[in-house]
Amino acid sequence: MTFKLATTAMVLLATAGTAHAEKIKFEYWYGLTGDLGAVVAETCNRFNASQDLYEAVCVGQDGYDKAVQNTIAAFRAGKHPTLLQSFDAGTADLMLSGEFYPVTQLMADTGVAVDWADYFPGIANYYSSTSGEFFSMPWNSSTPVYYFNKDHFAKAGITEAPITWEGMEEAFKALKASGQACGLAYAPSSWIDLEQFSMAHNVPVASNNNGYDGLDTELLFNTTLHVRYMEDVQRWLGEGYAMLRTQAAGKTARDSFVEGECSVFFSSIADHNTIHKLTPAFGWDVQIIPTYEGVERKNTVVGGASLWVLSGKTDDEYLAAANYLAFLATKEEQQFLLENSGYIPVTKSTYDALLAEGFYAKEPFINRDIAMKSLTWSEPTPLTRGIRLGGMIQIRAEWQAEVEAALAGQKTMQEALDTAVARGNDQLKRFAQTYAGKSFP
Amino acid sequence: MMRRAYFKFSWIAAALLAPQLLIIFVFFYWPSAQALYWAFTLEQPWGGGNTWVGFDNFRKVLSDPYYWGSVRVSVIYALATTVLAMTMALVLAVFVDRQLAGYKAYRVAIIWPYAVAAPAVGLAFQFVFNPGAGIFSYINTIAPGWWDLSKYPWQAVTAIVVAGAWKQVAYSFVFFLAALQSIPRSLTEAAAMDGARPLRRMVDLQLPLLTPTFFFLLVINITDSFTDSFGIVDTLTGGGPFRATDLMVYKIYTDGFRGFDYSGAAAQSIILMLLVMALTFVQFRYVERRVHYT
Repeated sequence: MTFKLATTAMVLLATAGTAHAEKIKFEYWYGLTGDLGAVVAETCNRFNASQDLYEAVCVGQDGYDKAVQNTIAAFRAGKHPTLLQSFDAGTADLMLSGEFYPVTQLMADTGVAVDWADYFPGIANYYSSTSGEFFSMPWNSSTPVYYFNKDHFAKAGITEAPITWEGMEEAFKALKASGQACGLAYAPSSWIDLEQFSMAHNVPVASNNNGYDGLDTELLFNTTLHVRYMEDVQRWLGEGYAMLRTQAAGKTARDSFVEGECSVFFSSIADHNTIHKLTPAFGWDVQIIPTYEGVERKNTVVGGASLWVLSGKTDDEYLAAANYLAFLATKEEQQFLLENSGYIPVTKSTYDALLAEGFYAKEPFINRDIAMKSLTWSEPTPLTRGIRLGGMIQIRAEWQAEVEAALAGQKTMQEALDTAVARGNDQLKRFAQTYAGKSFP
Repeated sequence: MMRRAYFKFSWIAAALLAPQLLIIFVFFYWPSAQALYWAFTLEQPWGGGNTWVGFDNFRKVLSDPYYWGSVRVSVIYALATTVLAMTMALVLAVFVDRQLAGYKAYRVAIIWPYAVAAPAVGLAFQFVFNPGAGIFSYINTIAPGWWDLSKYPWQAVTAIVVAGAWKQVAYSFVFFLAALQSIPRSLTEAAAMDGARPLRRMVDLQLPLLTPTFFFLLVINITDSFTDSFGIVDTLTGGGPFRATDLMVYKIYTDGFRGFDYSGAAAQSIILMLLVMALTFVQFRYVERRVHYT
């Protein structure tokens, strides 16, 4: 620690020439809102209170997509922040723009130490180049799980929460036989149903190893196990094991779970804390997302967001930002984040320390580490490193609209997925054309 | 007779005009020119450069069946909200003009909705139309599953039309009321003495005298429903179910701002602009000449 401070002081003197009486400020724009936004603001306060050289000026942008939109507009005007919290879907454009400062490089240049090897591979791979250089700093990370009503399961005679889809279907049948009208509260989610499903089953979403190996990528999800899964979902809805629960249909999946209407729903582990706060009047637990029998299960990948350092700032601002990022990587700050949200630790040392302290054995954190189990189930394969596609937001939207049409009986699931793929491929071609001659770093 | 001021020294005129021209240039022509340029290129969102692609963006948009679906629903939305809003506004304005009981309270209450922002209107109507908990959920207690915005496109379209019309009523109401009150009382009183009942006076006297206002509101309402509806769609239906309420302006918003497809959105903006211009032209060319009395 003293060494770190000494280094920063030296760099500070070298870059600034004279000692500053005032703190060096840098701007940080973040997307999280509500309770989670308050946690972000609090980490800034904790940082600012912790030392007297730097000051983080943190500005909430009302949602991930707005944070990215606003930053692009500000960037074009040369008034962008030093640090941006960006979600996965905005990544491809940011990467190809080249207008970011890879965090590994930033830390090396500023002499601030971060132990990169300490990050979980399932998290690190998502945010780094093939050579292992981190582009952005993993911070608020999550992965999907399913939440189930223990009371309903007990009543239906289900002793163990299934981890295969075949077992899940048996569970649905048992639930229905026990008089439970709604087994699964289903809301189509490309992140869970398409992306994480494909990771866990080690099947591709797109060619070029899910886009990592080039821009001439084509979507493949209409040819994989994903089709069988979506057809199963459609059948479950038809046979009354599952019910569509979306905001537009009047009630979200989470609400109908918390009210005890439906027994199961799929969501991010980040919901764990919220469900505790909503205190449903029954026992509940979480389990990893199922896979089909006969498939060798692989790791899932992270969702959430990471912190990007943007180009065009002064050395002072970079130094301040580097210190802030190192601060967030500490065990205390990771613990602060996950105690106040449903997110997971991003480094092995923090996770091990928490396990040793018995953190995951006590309420309200019991079994929340099921997400870690899912993330670290296997070493990432070329298909489970993550997904790197341009126009990801539109590809997700195409998937969503087509699946909704199929579920409403307007077309078959295969037709829907074929259309989503064809339209998604147009997006990918367009993206490749926009960034002609460039490739992912 | 019109009076005109003449400036002997034209540089004074230029100096006086300059700020206005500058503002118009910076806030109208510059962005429009940029949109036009983007529509013919592929623009990188972070500003790393662009490639000239000619009419490709337009070709892509116009050959997309879903885009035509979006055009169709935009036209339906524009016509339906305009008819609904103007009819309701006229009826309400007539009530107030005839000084029925409590008309002063009406007058204030009806102007309020115009001050409500579109996304807030969408949110409010989300509660009204919610199939599980809203007022419309009572339908579902009689016929289970019949009202479901996430399943039936026509219901979702109805919902945004009603919400959009509700927002527009106030604006039209103010103009209709002003126009009604500017009709000399002596005219209506004379008609009444001749034995014309209220409906007859309305049809033969007031409506013809209202036509200029009617025309003005038609132009404003149609233009507005093409360009100012995305807040309602965003909060009420999100463009769904399966793109049924994906209005042109909402598609521009989602493609451009959410999807970072600046060029595709720019091309769509230009198509939308041309469409609104064409509609306005038609209205002025063929409707306006029938509404003024000289």
